[in-house]
Amino acid sequence: MIFQSVLFYLFSGVLLLAALGVVFFRNPVHSIMCLVLAFFQSAMLWMLIEAEFLAIVLVLVYVGAVMVLFLFVVMMLDVNLEIARRGLVRYAPLAAIIAVLMAAQLVQVIWLKGQESGLDGAFTPYPEGYNNTEALGAVLYTEYVYAFEIAAVVLLLAIVAAISLTMRKRPGLKVQNIAKQVAVRAKDRVRIVKMDAEKRS
Amino acid sequence: MIGLQHYLTLSAMLFVLSIVGMVVNRRNLILLLMCIELMLLAVNFNFIAFSRFLGDDAGQVFVFFVLTVAAAEAAIGLAILVVLFRNRRSIDVDDLNAMKG
Repeated sequence: MIFQSVLFYLFSGVLLLAALGVVFFRNPVHSIMCLVLAFFQSAMLWMLIEAEFLAIVLVLVYVGAVMVLFLFVVMMLDVNLEIARRGLVRYAPLAAIIAVLMAAQLVQVIWLKGQESGLDGAFTPYPEGYNNTEALGAVLYTEYVYAFEIAAVVLLLAIVAAISLTMRKRPGLKVQNIAKQVAVRAKDRVRIVKMDAEKRS
Repeated sequence: MIGLQHYLTLSAMLFVLSIVGMVVNRRNLILLLMCIELMLLAVNFNFIAFSRFLGDDAGQVFVFFVLTVAAAEAAIGLAILVVLFRNRRSIDVDDLNAMKG
């Protein structure tokens, strides 16, 4: 139990530091690296409370695909860092006010009201032989199968939208028209003109 | 002893940090997208913590769908970003004033 508490504080400390790094690093590539670290720490924390399937999905899908997508885009775009960071000092007081207000309210809800609404308590560990992936699969493919199909449609929509947005039609680009080339006849290409012979002078 | 309240507090801190990020970096579109990802992570923390606390797997299934939608959102958002950069050579939010909004 003590060991788990130490792990929790270690992982959550690194997670919050990584989140700070995402927000305050100058270079977007460093921000993305911090975001990857944050996702890894979250996966570890989810593993601590026995949500193993989602922890592994977070690492494989999120870090493996979505973060790499971010990295690609950031490296492709040539972003002017100075202009992008101009608002950092100007908006800092506003951000501090919002942060303090929200933190105070959330702490009030979680810690002060938490006692009377029964939020104080530990997680009951799963029984021996419990399989998180199996349990999720049993619910996902029966009770939530409709939502699952909708999720598939959403992903398809994302593919179509992303491709159709970024596909570019350049004006004045010369391309072959294969159908026209195949369908061409000799009389379309060569015109035979009949004319009288010229007199020799 | 680590309980539900610790996880909720961690999620709240993550959420507040990402709000700060959105206010501070509100000119840079790519950082705004990254802060949205962090916010969704905080929401997922809440879902998983409550799912484990109440012993109901529905919360974890919901996290699965949130991850799906977040991936789709990131893909479309980044595609829009690429098109924007191609047309304007910048991703500054202040340059997006074509609709005078």
